[in-house]
Amino acid sequence: MEVKDIKIKGIPHEEFNDNEYLEKYVEELRANGVGIVTGVLDDMINWGRSNSMWPLTFATSCCGIEFMSVGAARFDFARFGFEVTRNSPRQADVIVVAGTIVDKMAPILKRLYDQMAEPKYVIAMGSCAISGGPFCNSYCVVNGVDKIIPVDVFVPGCPPKPEALLYGMMQLQRKVKVERFMFKDKKKQDK
Amino acid sequence: MFDFSIVTTWVDQFLRTYLPEFWVLAIEFVVVGVVMLALYAVIALVLIYFERKICAFFQCRLGPNRVGPYGIFQSIADMLKMLIKEIIPINHTDKLLFYLAPFFVVVASFLTFGAIPFGNGLQAFDFNIGVFYLLAVSSLGVIGILMAGWASNNKYSMIGAMRSGAQLVSYELSAGLSLLTMVVLSGDLQLSTIIEKQSDTWFIFQGHLPAVVAFVIYLIAGHAETNRGPFDLPEAESELTAGYHTEYSGLQFGMFYLAEYLNMFIIASIATTVFLGGWMPFHIGGLDGFNQVMDYIPSVVWFFGKAFALMFLSLWVRWTFPRLRIDQLLHLEWKYLLPINMVNLLIMVGIVLLGWYF
Amino acid sequence: MEAIKQLILATAPEAVLEEKAHLTVTVAPDDLRALATALKNDPASRFDFLIQLTGVDEGENFSVIYFMTSTDDMTRQLVVKTYTTDRENPVLPTVSDIWGTALLNEREVFGFLGIRFIGHPDMRHLFLTERWKGYPLRKDYDASREANPVDVTSYPMSDHSETWVKGKDGIQHEKIQLFEEDDYVLNIGPQHPATHGVLHFRTALDGEIIKKIDVNCGYIHRGIEKLSEGLTYPQILHFTDRLDYLSAHINRHALCICVEKAAGIEVTDRTEVIRTIMDELTRITSHLLSWATMCMDMGALTAFIYGMRDREKIMDIFEETTGGRLIQNYNVIGGVMADLHPDFQRKVKAFIPYMREKLKEYHQLYTGNVIAVNRMIGVGVLSKETAISYAVSGPVGRASGLSCDLRKIMPYSAYGKVEFKEIVRHEGDCMARYLNRLDEIEESLHILEQLIDAIPEGEYCVKTKPIIRLPEGEYFQRVEAARGEFGVYIQSRGDKTPWRLKFRSPSMALVSVMDTICRGAKVADLVTIGGSMDYVIPDIDR
Repeated sequence: MEVKDIKIKGIPHEEFNDNEYLEKYVEELRANGVGIVTGVLDDMINWGRSNSMWPLTFATSCCGIEFMSVGAARFDFARFGFEVTRNSPRQADVIVVAGTIVDKMAPILKRLYDQMAEPKYVIAMGSCAISGGPFCNSYCVVNGVDKIIPVDVFVPGCPPKPEALLYGMMQLQRKVKVERFMFKDKKKQDK
Repeated sequence: MFDFSIVTTWVDQFLRTYLPEFWVLAIEFVVVGVVMLALYAVIALVLIYFERKICAFFQCRLGPNRVGPYGIFQSIADMLKMLIKEIIPINHTDKLLFYLAPFFVVVASFLTFGAIPFGNGLQAFDFNIGVFYLLAVSSLGVIGILMAGWASNNKYSMIGAMRSGAQLVSYELSAGLSLLTMVVLSGDLQLSTIIEKQSDTWFIFQGHLPAVVAFVIYLIAGHAETNRGPFDLPEAESELTAGYHTEYSGLQFGMFYLAEYLNMFIIASIATTVFLGGWMPFHIGGLDGFNQVMDYIPSVVWFFGKAFALMFLSLWVRWTFPRLRIDQLLHLEWKYLLPINMVNLLIMVGIVLLGWYF
Repeated sequence: MEAIKQLILATAPEAVLEEKAHLTVTVAPDDLRALATALKNDPASRFDFLIQLTGVDEGENFSVIYFMTSTDDMTRQLVVKTYTTDRENPVLPTVSDIWGTALLNEREVFGFLGIRFIGHPDMRHLFLTERWKGYPLRKDYDASREANPVDVTSYPMSDHSETWVKGKDGIQHEKIQLFEEDDYVLNIGPQHPATHGVLHFRTALDGEIIKKIDVNCGYIHRGIEKLSEGLTYPQILHFTDRLDYLSAHINRHALCICVEKAAGIEVTDRTEVIRTIMDELTRITSHLLSWATMCMDMGALTAFIYGMRDREKIMDIFEETTGGRLIQNYNVIGGVMADLHPDFQRKVKAFIPYMREKLKEYHQLYTGNVIAVNRMIGVGVLSKETAISYAVSGPVGRASGLSCDLRKIMPYSAYGKVEFKEIVRHEGDCMARYLNRLDEIEESLHILEQLIDAIPEGEYCVKTKPIIRLPEGEYFQRVEAARGEFGVYIQSRGDKTPWRLKFRSPSMALVSVMDTICRGAKVADLVTIGGSMDYVIPDIDR
């Protein structure tokens, strides 16, 4: 079965940045071939997942306010299916790390991530979460959450504008759209 | 008015001509079961979409609009995701109760769902104690919630479950008494008879003020029973993170989520059936022409129209009011609703005895 | 002031008095408690409001600086200093029984400098964990990441607090149990929707009723004060925005005033007016967000969205002029970063009537709501005495009858020129705090109205030297931020970087009273009270 190009409603593919790695991934899939049944199932699952990303309400500092703005009337991430912010990590799909993570918070963030159910994704929002930002020289700031948990999308800014976060979330959707769910491990064994 | 019992009787006759009774019944049970299950899921999905759009409307937002036209497939995407999300096995839980709880909640709401008359002749089973049955099984759900709260071994869940227990036990009284008020008026417990009796005028108009009072009380109590709106204490997002289902993920959480929406529908449909004439069109005694025009609208449309109107009301309340505190919640029930309800019941008895109703 | 001097010399004859910007008294640790009690209780001084408690590593010794004022007359200020020369095992007497606000502040000093306060009932680290090596604000602290690497292991929290008391044979260490044996302890936070960030309340419950709250901070302690010691003044400015990000502009304003006064930089009238307008716009956004989140905490999500919607209008105005939405980086030393956008005045003028209309809508939607009223009236009553003792200021303090609006008492920038009311209520409950905020929005609009047409012509920024050196000395600046009194303390040794920089956080005072006012309330009330207090966590943790 032919693997389809990644499509996001309303925005053409070319207008996104960082297309190369996704295109490469799609090509890899095409080269390996995907079974019809599994391909269709995968497409369905990915469609569901990418359009229903429920974020965890998690914010440590300034970026949290912008995250709230994204949920509010003007930016409204409910449009994309990020509607329900869950307070329990068990029910959330994506954790938006909004704000600085300091040493005392690091174990808690790790635990929150561990408590989330698969599939789970991480968006590092703001320069603090990416690298420690203005506080990177501090004695107790974690220089980037990717040192603790795997990050899918980085959204730079201090704090990022709501539009930037929406863009980051759409990038995550694109990433999810080419995930292979069925027989993912079998392919690895073949190699 | 098209009577769906014609269809069902015809199917029944048709099967009976070829098969022995046992097989006829078996096939009918399976078919009805599957249809009901499908309806259950579809209604829940529609409701989720319905709520999101309405809530967005109240909040000056757009709501889901990317998945399909106007985002109508949003809840399907949610369901797909939920179905394949990991179910986390948690240590230190009471395994049996933990896994049983979501089923309990869903089964309780499904049992109630089965007895609802959706249209003229569209009712899965029609007991002669219909109202009693509805009340009995709809309150089973709380056991599931209590089980979930207890088995999760989580303090938030525990507090949520305890709140839920207190809340449901209290509000069940009001809901029951207000339905009882209407049973006094109708003189029958069977749902089909209750609807038949409203063919001229709906009960809410027949019973004067007591009927209206009972209706309002039932809406409040029913709203409280669904754990929504200002009464969402067991879930209390800002206090208890996710309340009794804090520890549930994936499909198990999905079941709670589904049951919550379905309960809303069930409460609305019971209110519709008992107070607003169920699938019965809006009739005004004496105006035959008007009544005939009304009869052209199918009974299913009438039923769902009324139910959705009531649900809209419920959503309106939910998205407007802040949450009650547990003591205020119990005050409202035991100090106001219950006494009013009892007096109301007496007045209704008087009205019925004196024959003052229409 | 003469009476106060005599009082000081009568209680502590060896005290050294210096006339600096404020009267500064240096006392030996043994005289501290007697002096503090006298200063607080004597009717001539009545220094009952401890604004700031700062620990400084002076090189050879550690000193603790108490900056206090009186609620009779907020302009009467006094600095008391005490010191210890023992660097190995420094101890000082506590003043936590005299001023409640010292409870958390002394814990902070303990964590930063390792000074143990004798008699303090709860001498735990406030911001860092017990496993932390070293005391960050000591000058010989090893700030490298190798000394304290990131550890993601979850350790159980101790159920004991520590205390040091003076016994017969020297100083004794005691352990105190925080909770009773059979308390049902609910962890609210660090990740919880109602704590407005990463605060941790360990709440002992009896059913739904709160018996005790143990506040844990430090989940967003970023070490701003230590970082500042290595940066020049213009570089430090950007930290202030990220402290209390909701009143970013006001915080930065405070630091700018402080540095300008110390360096003798005169700003133009235009700058003053622009800063005042921006401050008031910030205050409105902050109060709007506070209203919105308080409603959300109480379960009314629609109100939250409405608040955010109207906040966006101000965000637009900010964005045009400053380029930033939440964090503007607009004030600089000597003025502001850029001139006003040509559309600024028009947009603000359009905003004022819009906001007035929306305020009416808020009252209709929420203030009159019977559930909301029942949940707010009489809940979380903060008495005036407690408010003073814990140095609570801002809308919360004013809701308890404490007149503490620094814009009125010690006008800075253009506040002396404008007409506005100080909103004071006496009930001290959630409703009073809630209404205070909405009324303050109204007053802010009133200030904006007076200023928006009266922006004088002139330079928006005066030229300053690229490297600013402050003359040796200590500088205090207090401003009225959205949550209360925000203060900056700079100790300079004539360098281009400060020797010690401390921010007085209004939110810390708000959190420190949570235990007192939540006792006996329900779990749901905790959320309401938290919402009405409206603390911002990074402001506490710094």
